[in-house]
Amino acid sequence: MASLDRVKVLVLGDSGVGKSSLVHLLCQNQVLGNPSWTVGCSVDVRVHDYKEGTPEEKTYYIELWDVGGSVGSASSVKSTRAVFYNSVNGIILVHDLTNKKSSQNLYRWSLEALNRDLVPSGVLVTNGDYDREQFADNQIPLLVIGTKLDQIHETKRHEVLTRTAFLAEDFNAEEINLVIEKRYFLREGNQIPGFPDRKRFGGGTLKSLHYD
Amino acid sequence: MSFLIDSSIMITSQILFFGFGWLFFMRQLFKDYEVRQYVVQVIFSVTFAFSCTMFELIIFEILKVLNSSSRYFHWKMNLCVILLILVFMVPFYIGYFIVSNIRLLHKQRLLFSCLLWLTFMYFFWKLGDPFPILSPKHGILSIEQLISRVGVIGVTLMALLSGFGAVNCPYTYMSYFLRNVTDADILALERRLLQTMDMIISKKKRMAMTRRTMFQKGEVHNKPSGFWGMIKSVTTSAPGSENLTLIQQEVDALEELSRQLFLETADLYATKERIEYSKTFKGKYFNFLGYFFSIYCVWKIFMATINIVFDRVGKTDPVTRGIEITVNYLGIQFDVKFWSQHISFILVGIIIVTSIRGLLITLTKGMYFVSSVLLIRMSMPLEYRTIITEVLGELQFNFYHRWFDVIFLVSALSSILFLYLAHKQAPEKHMAP
Repeated sequence: MASLDRVKVLVLGDSGVGKSSLVHLLCQNQVLGNPSWTVGCSVDVRVHDYKEGTPEEKTYYIELWDVGGSVGSASSVKSTRAVFYNSVNGIILVHDLTNKKSSQNLYRWSLEALNRDLVPSGVLVTNGDYDREQFADNQIPLLVIGTKLDQIHETKRHEVLTRTAFLAEDFNAEEINLVIEKRYFLREGNQIPGFPDRKRFGGGTLKSLHYD
Repeated sequence: MSFLIDSSIMITSQILFFGFGWLFFMRQLFKDYEVRQYVVQVIFSVTFAFSCTMFELIIFEILKVLNSSSRYFHWKMNLCVILLILVFMVPFYIGYFIVSNIRLLHKQRLLFSCLLWLTFMYFFWKLGDPFPILSPKHGILSIEQLISRVGVIGVTLMALLSGFGAVNCPYTYMSYFLRNVTDADILALERRLLQTMDMIISKKKRMAMTRRTMFQKGEVHNKPSGFWGMIKSVTTSAPGSENLTLIQQEVDALEELSRQLFLETADLYATKERIEYSKTFKGKYFNFLGYFFSIYCVWKIFMATINIVFDRVGKTDPVTRGIEITVNYLGIQFDVKFWSQHISFILVGIIIVTSIRGLLITLTKGMYFVSSVLLIRMSMPLEYRTIITEVLGELQFNFYHRWFDVIFLVSALSSILFLYLAHKQAPEKHMAP
């Protein structure tokens, strides 16, 4: 068991966007019945076959670290959260499609998580303003997920989807091979297609995060 | 003519307050969230605007600005509007929003919110019975009735908050109470936290692997459903699933531990920041203020006890008394009346400002302001009291003072107890290995 390699992925986002539900869905293949506030960090593990069906197939443990809280927290809470950001292999940024502020806060979330790793190089960004150049050096794959699509009225969907398209583009880096990012829309609650579809969907997302 | 000028002044100031309340709502209270229902914001700003206008009227009263009759008219009108909003609109909307959140009653939410509002009105009315506020001279739906009830609730709330604040303020500001936190402590705690997370992860890995092998072997882990399912699971339970439930329990316990550790670490970081802050200039200045303020708080608690024990109600304005004492003691020629007027005005201003600040932080609205008016009356010299008494009718003011003192004392004592326990418990937790 422990001999399998581990991959650590952070799941970040504002309170109430659906990170715990997402993690529960990916790992237990079930919908979370009673979501409650996440205090601190909750971890869940998924066993994943990388490059399934090919001769290079390898099984990995994917650890999804679901960190609770908001970007506007006190700096003491932020310092405590920073302990979870060590040696991260990938970041999933989750935002709520019905709440514009949660997608705006994603910039601050990514800065908070990435600054932790920029510290060894001595470059510290302190004012928190978004700057594309900061993501140029980024080697960690980012994935942006928008939740609660079913709660948006049909007529507004197009406008919302174009807005999130711009958002996802913003996180792109100059060097395409190093930063991989995609966007996916998840349906919450009972509208999830079915167990086999779900698994395939989840497998597809996570494959893109792996790199040798 | 002067009436028109006065009214326009009042209305412009009201609009200003409205805008200020709106901005404050957006910037401070709801900085990180998105407001879906603008009704809430509007009601908040309107309530805030009218409440501030009431205070403005008090200040005008002291300064004798504007025409006396127009002041009287505005005062009455303001009071009516605030009571209307407070007793009718706000509870109704609160009920409406609560009901909309419950899925079951979604269809008939209007009906249920009306029901909720009627229940609220019933209890609101019942609240008045045990208190000596019913004056046989006035009818049922008069202003005095409503004000008296609002006043009782507001005074209680304010006394509770003041009691807690009087104890909490010195505790927070004075560095004497700060525990000593070193970097090593924080690192040790962080290491424990990460170790716990690793343990959780390894257990979950085992669970995931077991589930995967079970799935591959074809024993799908069924949750016992229904009566027969439960009976079956008692007799034939796969060894894999038994293991799983055992590990799941261990994981639950570990997760609880990790949450505790996280909160403790955040607490330590906060304490460390406070220690660093107290070493700066600003920190030292606040520390100094904190000492003064804590003396004031202790004096207030003391006075409340004396008032209750000796069954006394504060009749004279404390500032005038203080100045009288100093004058008699020091023998200085002082125009007592002149100075006391200005100082009491400043004090009233400070009380108003801190009331507003307290209000905006704790979100208890109109009731707070109405009861503040009632209590401010106590700290103002006799001649200012006339207009307030005239407008508000014959309420039993002595009752309010006594009630405030009692609740204030109770709240202060319980917060002392609470803080003492919390303070004692914390260092013991950190000593444990």
